[in-house]
Amino acid sequence: MPDECRLRINGRDAVVAAGSSVIAAIMAAGTYATRRSVGGEPRGPVCGMGVCQECRVTIDGVPHRRACMEIVSDGMDVRTDP
Amino acid sequence: MTPRRPDAIVIGAGIVGAACAEALARDGWQVVVLDQEMAGGGATAAAMGHLVVMDDSPAQLALTSYSVRLWRERMNELPPAVELLESGTLWIAADPDQMQLVRTKRDAYRAAGVESSVIDGDELARLEPALRPGLAGALLVPDDAVVYPPAAARWLLDRAIEFGAEVREGVRVTALDLRRVRTTGGTIEAELIVNAAGGHAAALVPDLPIVPRKGHLVITDRYPGSCRHQLVELGYLASAHAFSAASVAFNVQPRITGQLLIGSSRELAGWDATHNREIVRQMVARAESFLPALRTMHAHRVWSGFRPATRDGLPLIGPWPGDPGLWIAAGHEGLGVTASLGTARLIADMAAGREPAIDPAAYAPARALAGNGVVHA
Repeated sequence: MPDECRLRINGRDAVVAAGSSVIAAIMAAGTYATRRSVGGEPRGPVCGMGVCQECRVTIDGVPHRRACMEIVSDGMDVRTDP
Repeated sequence: MTPRRPDAIVIGAGIVGAACAEALARDGWQVVVLDQEMAGGGATAAAMGHLVVMDDSPAQLALTSYSVRLWRERMNELPPAVELLESGTLWIAADPDQMQLVRTKRDAYRAAGVESSVIDGDELARLEPALRPGLAGALLVPDDAVVYPPAAARWLLDRAIEFGAEVREGVRVTALDLRRVRTTGGTIEAELIVNAAGGHAAALVPDLPIVPRKGHLVITDRYPGSCRHQLVELGYLASAHAFSAASVAFNVQPRITGQLLIGSSRELAGWDATHNREIVRQMVARAESFLPALRTMHAHRVWSGFRPATRDGLPLIGPWPGDPGLWIAAGHEGLGVTASLGTARLIADMAAGREPAIDPAAYAPARALAGNGVVHA
């Protein structure tokens, strides 16, 4: 059985396979939109490889971290821009 | 139907040219605006867009206070694309010695009818918690503001078009004759020609003492709430005042997106737009010393631009001697966006034979020919 990782996404507990990217955890939790445009429209990941900047979320209080480029860790706190 | 011959040609569709076009068009002139590239694409596109009253000289104080008043009168007209932020400015005094400068500045602003108030260190920390502790205080100028310059130029051009003006981009003026311009798109005659070509103004009128003064800006990712006012150190004035020395000064601006725009640097480097890493490093280090939170922020992009600078620090606004119909509206250094509206009013008033609201003598282009040491390439 794969190792699990317990983290929090937008204040709710989530459990995912260890080694998952943060964006995979976000999407498994049912959220696709990670941030908002200047005009307030929802945005979500496009490239999956750290280039498009659309997957930026706040991880452990630090904003603008690319969810596709970060791996989940136990106790991690992830917030998307509502 | 053949196009009407224009009464007025404005060379340069940057913020100053756009403002002149609008003022002239409103006055009933049939205006054609020419720009060698994209409207608002020169110094205007590189600028901070800080609408700021500045008092390096009485003439500068008069022009900037007049102009900011004109901007304030029109703030409710600005479309969202102009990204108006009524930020005010805080002129920061790092140590107690500088507080006397703050008080002197308040008195000068008051005499010019500009509201400002002296803020002590505690109040400054309350207004801007991200500033480093221990600063002595500041002068708060609440009526200063921020706009996005290329959008502001576009807004002015759109207003000018409503009054019958025409804008032609990608047209370069190659020579000026008496009441006539020769361009890459043909020759155009007009009663009045306004050279608002900024840093390129001297290419058309070689005696104009306007040279490019390079600056850099860094823009960060979005950090809403980190800073509310435009923050400028008192030493900024000395940096702007000096002509040939390279210098940096603390000048940070919040934008409505929550991004921070970090300046400022000045150097004479001709038209070389290559980023000067050392001066950018110094500029950012100085900004970090005032705003430690910058150290953990992401910088999105760095860019350079060229302020059209004159040795005496004042723009050239008015008729060009010996060439009837030729007017100059250029050389605003770091105050082009601020002074654009006041400049346009001066040009329109003088062209119509009306007395301008402020004394135009200090900005007279004729001073460039007076041999009084003002002129040097």
